[in-house]
Amino acid sequence: MALSGSAGQESGPGVNAKLWRFHGGVHPPQHKAESTGAPVRRARLPKRLVLPLHQHIGEAAEPVVVKGEQVLKGQMIARANGYVSAAVHAPTSGVVLDIGDYPVAHPSGLSASCIVIESDGEERWVERTPVEDYTAINPSHMRNMIREAGIVGLGGAGFPSFIKLNPGPGKVVDTLILNGIECEPYITCDDMLMRERPQDIIAGIHILRHALQAKECVIAIEDNKPDAYRIMSEAVASEEKIRVALCPTIYPQGSEKQLVQVLTGKEVPSNGLPIHVGVVLHNVGTAYAVHRAIHLNEPLISRYVTITGDAMGQTCNLEVLFGTPIIDLLDECAADMARLDRLIVGGPMMGFAMHTVNAPVVKTTNCVLATTTQAMPAAQTAMPCIRCGACMDVCPVNLLPQQLYWHSHAKEFERAQEYSLFDCIECGCCAYVCPSNIPLVQYYRYAKAEIWAQEREKDRADLARRRHEFRIERMEREKAERAARLQKKKADVAAGGTKQKGDDKDSKKNAIQAAVERARVKKEAVTNEADPSSEVEDSDKKLD
Amino acid sequence: MKLRTPISPHIHIRTTVTTVMLRVVAALIPGIVVYAWLFGAGVVINILFAIAVALTCEALMLKARGRPLRPFMSDGSAVVTAVLLAVALPPLSPWWLTLIGIAFAIVVAKHLFGGLGHNPFNPAMVAYVMLLISFPREMVLWAPPTALAEPPLDLMETLRAIFLGHYPGALSIDALSMATPLDQVKTQLGLEQSVAQTLAASPAFGILAGRGWEWINLAFLAGGVWLLRKRIIGWQIPVAMLGALAAMATIFYVIDPEHYASPLFHLLSGAAILGAFFIATDPVTAATTPRGRLIFGAGIGILTYVIRTWGGYPDGVAFAVLLMNMAAPTIDYYTQPRVYGRK
Repeated sequence: MALSGSAGQESGPGVNAKLWRFHGGVHPPQHKAESTGAPVRRARLPKRLVLPLHQHIGEAAEPVVVKGEQVLKGQMIARANGYVSAAVHAPTSGVVLDIGDYPVAHPSGLSASCIVIESDGEERWVERTPVEDYTAINPSHMRNMIREAGIVGLGGAGFPSFIKLNPGPGKVVDTLILNGIECEPYITCDDMLMRERPQDIIAGIHILRHALQAKECVIAIEDNKPDAYRIMSEAVASEEKIRVALCPTIYPQGSEKQLVQVLTGKEVPSNGLPIHVGVVLHNVGTAYAVHRAIHLNEPLISRYVTITGDAMGQTCNLEVLFGTPIIDLLDECAADMARLDRLIVGGPMMGFAMHTVNAPVVKTTNCVLATTTQAMPAAQTAMPCIRCGACMDVCPVNLLPQQLYWHSHAKEFERAQEYSLFDCIECGCCAYVCPSNIPLVQYYRYAKAEIWAQEREKDRADLARRRHEFRIERMEREKAERAARLQKKKADVAAGGTKQKGDDKDSKKNAIQAAVERARVKKEAVTNEADPSSEVEDSDKKLD
Repeated sequence: MKLRTPISPHIHIRTTVTTVMLRVVAALIPGIVVYAWLFGAGVVINILFAIAVALTCEALMLKARGRPLRPFMSDGSAVVTAVLLAVALPPLSPWWLTLIGIAFAIVVAKHLFGGLGHNPFNPAMVAYVMLLISFPREMVLWAPPTALAEPPLDLMETLRAIFLGHYPGALSIDALSMATPLDQVKTQLGLEQSVAQTLAASPAFGILAGRGWEWINLAFLAGGVWLLRKRIIGWQIPVAMLGALAAMATIFYVIDPEHYASPLFHLLSGAAILGAFFIATDPVTAATTPRGRLIFGAGIGILTYVIRTWGGYPDGVAFAVLLMNMAAPTIDYYTQPRVYGRK
């Protein structure tokens, strides 16, 4: 595979390592240079910070502070609720103003529970206990520390990191991949982090390797980041079993499964995880956060955020405290609010357009992309699909997007599943190249949502049906038993006539006798008890 | 301030359906130029008239179906259908033949089946077959290449011939026309003549195949290769179709060269090249998976040879395409590519 660009000539480790290709992929315009001109600086301290309780995949965190409470920088304000969850910490010192619903960065545009902190401007930290030697801590305790620090995957998905650091019993981690691909156009926060904090990332890698007992580590960087590649290569020069892989730029290479294929040639099974092929992936930003959490005992309270787009007066990367309202960043970077048309959180391929400028930056906010209609004109009218297959040629999962579209459009969801709908990673390559301008991803999300809804409905219906069947069965059984009893009674009446009463007394007497007998037998031989008891049980029933 | 909130992706390449269609038309131009050079102005007149009829029918049908005119009139699909059918008609076809054919293609084969993207059969080929069955005489009256015609018709004579049915002097259309090379081979083989005798005896044959036809087909080939390079079409259908046709022809030619024409003759005669690059590759009606396209193309190649050799018509591309159009959905279903991470 040809390595293009000046970076290819660098003699860093990993240059000669074999790389594989994944199917398809696209090459959208990069727009990376706009935001890499200046060093990263800290964003202004906001007056109010809005911290959603749900900034990650899994259960929302549970508040551990109350309204009016004083908090310190780094103090936990909401704890993880269950296994798949992450804690939230106060990004600065101040007072809890409110706990309630506020607008958040979510495609739905709905509000969600947040803790609002008014900063006092003093940035007073909680007491911290940095770890001198991470090797002295056992992996399990290490994972717990990372969990307590509220660290989630910083590449965009926000899956709690400690879970991915627990490969499970019997699983061997051959390769730890540090994802510095950053394949989405416009976004450069990982690029800048690698350029500015190589040693901290390496320190984080050491901790991750220790927790995972990984055999080797590969830092993957696309060849559109020659500076980051050079700096990281120099940083790992003296390291053992850590190398840097320079990957030819192609979207969506940063997607977990695609990157595993590029670096190892292995495919992660459908519905499986990278660990099933001996690989664990973490974002470079996550490694940096882990380093800070362990070596400095700082929880995750800020991140690098790319501020870019043609509506932005100043394009750059900022270190932003979580909870900082996006409007503050727009202000600070002199956004042209009159021409602002689309405000995207994330990149142009997979990011979502926000309904409001008031939502806060959260753990997964890697980029704030403010554009005008000039850079991103409204989509043209969608034309019918002509089945040209351009989507199929670029699908990184090797799906048939044209068939998925056809069946999703016709609401033939079972057919769509036959075409592996749920293997779709929603990377947007298909919609990006579609000559008919069909919003394909929208159709797939719709189909998936409908199928989930149908399955839930089916589960409910199944449960109701099982209950109903069970009830019918029980009622029939009872009816049959009643009928049998009645029959027996009638037969007894017919046979016994006046003797019936006496018989009844006799049977009671017999039963009592049997019980007495049983007690006696039990006393005599504790081991021998099965037969008489069952007999007595039978006679008991008849007495009812 | 109102923020727009479309779903991702937020960026898009420039290619549209119109781009795709216009590139197909552009790729047809070299072939059309050679065709017109060899067969006279009738070729171009047919095409222009066909485009006018196609756009009129398209507009009427869009209106009748309540579809927006602007995006669909400018998508270029009607133009492609018109050009493809027009180049398949004899150069001096009367105007009404073109009119009926195009109207049938656009109204019946395209819009009555749901319009762009929904027609199961290639509209140009449906119309061609309809004309071939309904007007067999007009459909085989091919004027000879101008080099063989004595004297060739000028522009006004051509216009009069097409639109008024007036031919220069006392000539009739029958006198002006001659059988196409494929037709001639078929007829002569029926008369117990060998292929070699037929080729040697008639002035209609050139170096590689039919005189003139060989150059037209090479020009269409050039356009097709350009479409491949521009990634407007995939390689699978043309390669599979021409490969299968050549393979069939080679087998029988090797067995019995007296009674079977050479592979080269088959490739460069009739609509083989045009069909492989421009007709069979119509994405709407073709198979869509990579392996499916190979099967689809090979099927057309085999059927074309079968119809040409043992069927009742001299050329079989149109029938072969329609037959394989029918099979496309099934082919697609059974040729799904292996999805990432699945066995």
